[in-house]
Amino acid sequence: MKKKLVILGAGTAGTIMANQLNKKLKAEEWEITIIDKEQKHYYQPGFLFLPFDRYTPEQVVKKIDKFIPKNIQLLNEDVQQIVADENKVLLVNGKEINYDLLIIATGSHIAPQEIQGMEGTEWYKSIFDFYTFDGALNLRNKMRTWEGGKLVIHICEMPIKCPVAPLEFAFLADEFFRKKNMREKVEITYVTPMSGAFTKPVAAKELEYLLESKQIKIVSDFNIEKVDTEKSQIVDYGERTVDYDLLVTVPTNMGDEVILRSGIGDDLNFVPTDKNTLQSKVKENIFVIGDATDIPASKAGAVAHFEAEIVVDNIMRFIEGKAVSPDFDGHSNCFIETGNGKALLIDFNYEQEPVKGTFPIPGIGPLQLLKESRINHWGKLAFRWIYWNILIKGIPIPFVPSKMKTEGKQINKK
Amino acid sequence: MSEKTIAGYSVKCNDQGFMEDLNQWNKEIALALAKEESIELTEKHWEVLSYLQEQCKNETAITIRKVGKSGIVTIKEFYQLFPKAPLKTASKIAGTPKPVSCI
Ligand SMILES: Cc1cc2nc3c(=O)[nH]c(=O)nc-3n(C[C@H](O)[C@H](O)[C@H](O)COP(=O)(O)OP(=O)(O)OC[C@H]3O[C@@H](n4cnc5c(N)ncnc54)[C@H](O)[C@@H]3O)c2cc1C
Repeated sequence: MKKKLVILGAGTAGTIMANQLNKKLKAEEWEITIIDKEQKHYYQPGFLFLPFDRYTPEQVVKKIDKFIPKNIQLLNEDVQQIVADENKVLLVNGKEINYDLLIIATGSHIAPQEIQGMEGTEWYKSIFDFYTFDGALNLRNKMRTWEGGKLVIHICEMPIKCPVAPLEFAFLADEFFRKKNMREKVEITYVTPMSGAFTKPVAAKELEYLLESKQIKIVSDFNIEKVDTEKSQIVDYGERTVDYDLLVTVPTNMGDEVILRSGIGDDLNFVPTDKNTLQSKVKENIFVIGDATDIPASKAGAVAHFEAEIVVDNIMRFIEGKAVSPDFDGHSNCFIETGNGKALLIDFNYEQEPVKGTFPIPGIGPLQLLKESRINHWGKLAFRWIYWNILIKGIPIPFVPSKMKTEGKQINKK
Repeated sequence: MSEKTIAGYSVKCNDQGFMEDLNQWNKEIALALAKEESIELTEKHWEVLSYLQEQCKNETAITIRKVGKSGIVTIKEFYQLFPKAPLKTASKIAGTPKPVSCI
């Protein structure tokens, strides 16, 4: 009888897994099943551009089955529970699916209900998110006619996926209102629970000028307790308040409830995972990839792509009875839109903070690290094409290996 | 990174005054760091500090939410103990790294 590998979630990470394992595992020995409750696959990085009318909705959504190899079984079902002790998953429709190997790729989503007052009567009236397709579209409609006032861009708590997205939103908002000739009517404030917009020493030194030059005010160390919709204020646990007319918030990010129902997650429903092998700490035949893990790497599509190589290798080792290998270095790579046709690029891992340099070819580039440039902006826009055509198909990106390169980076040796 | 003398001990600190090596931490250093922040350490403070250190040793990212669910203090009480920016201030006194984002 064939062995069974089951992938939960057909988003960025699950789709990459399906494509790569389909090539690696022998079809006569393994049956692969992938399960997702959605029928659509969203290009989430595009949600950043929707509110500013820079992408159309059609550019960021495609059918989920388009990217799953035909010989893999794709089930459009909601997963109820993982029963790790019995090597099976239960579906909401009552069916049971047994597995020999399980990959959890259920991602993370926003949970506005975690903050008192957020999801009430003002949700999608004066309070918006842009981390969902619906949120980004509703916000686009609001921004088209908004006449100005206090725009507050806000992060509820860490960790969030793509941690730089709210900052990019602030930069793009500055450009957007400038182009509409109404920048003087909009006061932009960036509110974060962290100690600043930039928390790493080199980035802080290089990039602090951005906020000032774009007249973005910053409120740091702000841990939201509630939204007071009567007064249009966000309130923190230390009783500080920030007034808003338009609140663009990144609500608490949490793993899917299936993790909670299975009793295997942490307080935010993220799955305890070895940060180097990507094997779960739940059971040895369960691997975790993408936003669903609790590892201290960024929650980003690019990271899922780097993780994929390590997960596939370790699954092959596990199948062959060998020890899994601690090869994931936390590599992350991400473009940061700074507005006016420019962007930054950062490339870093668990040990190495973002620094200046050239990428992907050391000494040549053509992309510049930690420095604004036009070509980085084209890189960001090209990322959508790369995402749909290379990344989720599990094809390696030329010159960008999963292990971070130190060559081409200006690293101060300690 | 630089060496700083705190309470007579030479300790490794980053530019923002956060200790780089938890092994160098001791109670006298904590008292001195707390004094800089005008905080007088009570029994509850010490409990929070050792909770942060435990989390740090387990390589768990420290968050306000976790502290609030630690059973030691509520988030409100955490703010009363370490006013204004409790996570940052408490981490500094505990000798654990400053909570950071990716950039
Ligand atoms: C605004 C924004 C901007 C971003 N910008 C960037 C960027 O510039 N660069 C970058 O690299 N990344 C970016 N990201 C992050 C990136 O989109 C995510 O990190 C990535 O999609 C994570 O992939 P994943 O497979 O872990 O999760 P997802 O792609 O979210 O997939 C999870 C899947 O699991 C399914 N699922 C969950 N629970 C169940 C269940 N119980 N039953 C059945 N199915 C289930 C879901 O339906 C979903 O399809 C951005 C994200 C946002 C929101």
